[in-house]
Amino acid sequence: MMNNADPAVRVRDLHVDRGGREVLRGLTFDVPAGQVTGLLGPSGCGKTTLMRALVGVQKNVRGEMEVLGQPAGAKALRQRMGYVTQAPSVYADLTVRQNLKFFATVLSAGPDSVDRAIEYVDLGDHADAVVGRLSGGQSSRASLAVALLGSPQVLVLDEPTVGLDPVLRRDLWALFHRLADTGVTVLVSSHVMDEADRCERLLLMREGLLLADDTPQALRERTGSPDIEGAFLTLVEKSEEVVR
Amino acid sequence: MSPRITLAVAVRVLRQLRHDPRTIAMLLVVPCVLLTLLWWMFDGNDAIFNRFGPPLLALFPFIVMFLVTSVTTLRERSSGTLERLLSMPMGKADLLLGYAIAFGLVALAQAAVAVGLTVGLLGLEVAGPVWMLTVVAVLDAVLGTALGLFVSAFAETEFQAVQFMPALVLPQVLLCGLFVARDALPDVLEALSDVMPLSYAVEAMQEVQAGSDVTSTLALSLLVVAGFVVAALTLGAATLKRRTA
Repeated sequence: MMNNADPAVRVRDLHVDRGGREVLRGLTFDVPAGQVTGLLGPSGCGKTTLMRALVGVQKNVRGEMEVLGQPAGAKALRQRMGYVTQAPSVYADLTVRQNLKFFATVLSAGPDSVDRAIEYVDLGDHADAVVGRLSGGQSSRASLAVALLGSPQVLVLDEPTVGLDPVLRRDLWALFHRLADTGVTVLVSSHVMDEADRCERLLLMREGLLLADDTPQALRERTGSPDIEGAFLTLVEKSEEVVR
Repeated sequence: MSPRITLAVAVRVLRQLRHDPRTIAMLLVVPCVLLTLLWWMFDGNDAIFNRFGPPLLALFPFIVMFLVTSVTTLRERSSGTLERLLSMPMGKADLLLGYAIAFGLVALAQAAVAVGLTVGLLGLEVAGPVWMLTVVAVLDAVLGTALGLFVSAFAETEFQAVQFMPALVLPQVLLCGLFVARDALPDVLEALSDVMPLSYAVEAMQEVQAGSDVTSTLALSLLVVAGFVVAALTLGAATLKRRTA
């Protein structure tokens, strides 16, 4: 049985090879349930690969990886996880509502979940617009809405706030916390370090390795830097000293 | 697999098409224009029109659905929607059958219009039941869809997907008996045409035109085409991988 003390995600010595290169080089961490965890690191550090492994669409994965007590990618998890890719993965030639209705049927989510998802991402005014005619930010919100259909217990969101205006970004982070308060585990990736303070816990990544796994506050205290960007730099310098 | 999800895929594909009225118009009008052109070319020579008409009724749905499906599926792969669907409780069979049903219905409309025109207005002589021409045409379309789904796995761009048409479809058109009767082909080519699905599709059309009954040759040809459909869909399912590099 799962309870809140058990981590929602448990990863032990995870390696992933892509095109003959090891892009994840041995990650070990837990993601606590019912919290917003930020996966931060420069672009190309392996965030997307890690998320793809988590939802079970990544090939050549070695090591242990459990979600809600089941091996990542297990069939039973498909209904309990919501996943948003970086590029909006919705049908550009359908309206927002038609997209959501289709995915809701696939997920066996009730018809009211469509309206709720539209409301969550604040697309009410554009619900009947064809996605291809929406702005970049609007279509990525449509893509996010798909992940909110049904009642996912784990949300894996790959850079969902990139390119959005500050008001909307604030609203989305508020939404992530609202969902976390209801017990949903939210894993959000970003390459923008100033989003770190909006997370309860941080996983800092660089070049396929984990630099830190801590709360934002503890990270700042440990490194003595006023912001996460500074903390990141300090940790990088430290790790390079160790290598030398 | 679940009928509810299969149906949802089919409805979604048709909805996407509805947002693209120009494609719908071309799907319905282009075969009619080409068939009329053929009839006009052999002005008054009914014998030639009767010889070329049925094979072309088999060719159009096959070629068109092959193209439409390979591009649509490639788009699904490259836009990330396929990856998203496969991370959901979606069976591969749901996706493939959903596509086959949707494009099969489009083919039904296309074939009904084309058969109606050639038999009703252009005076194609058919000894067998006219509705049987439509059945064969729809089966051909589903064959095109199934092959399109399969080859889209080997295309990385839409340019490549479109190139599969001349590469895989045109040889079948040349060897299907349209230009030279299959038994008059050199042995090697005849053997090749024996393993090409389009040969049987054309044969089925010709049987309907020639015979007033459902002959055993017709039944056998239809069965062979259906077999190719199942094989292509199975191969297509094998190319849909949940985990990708």
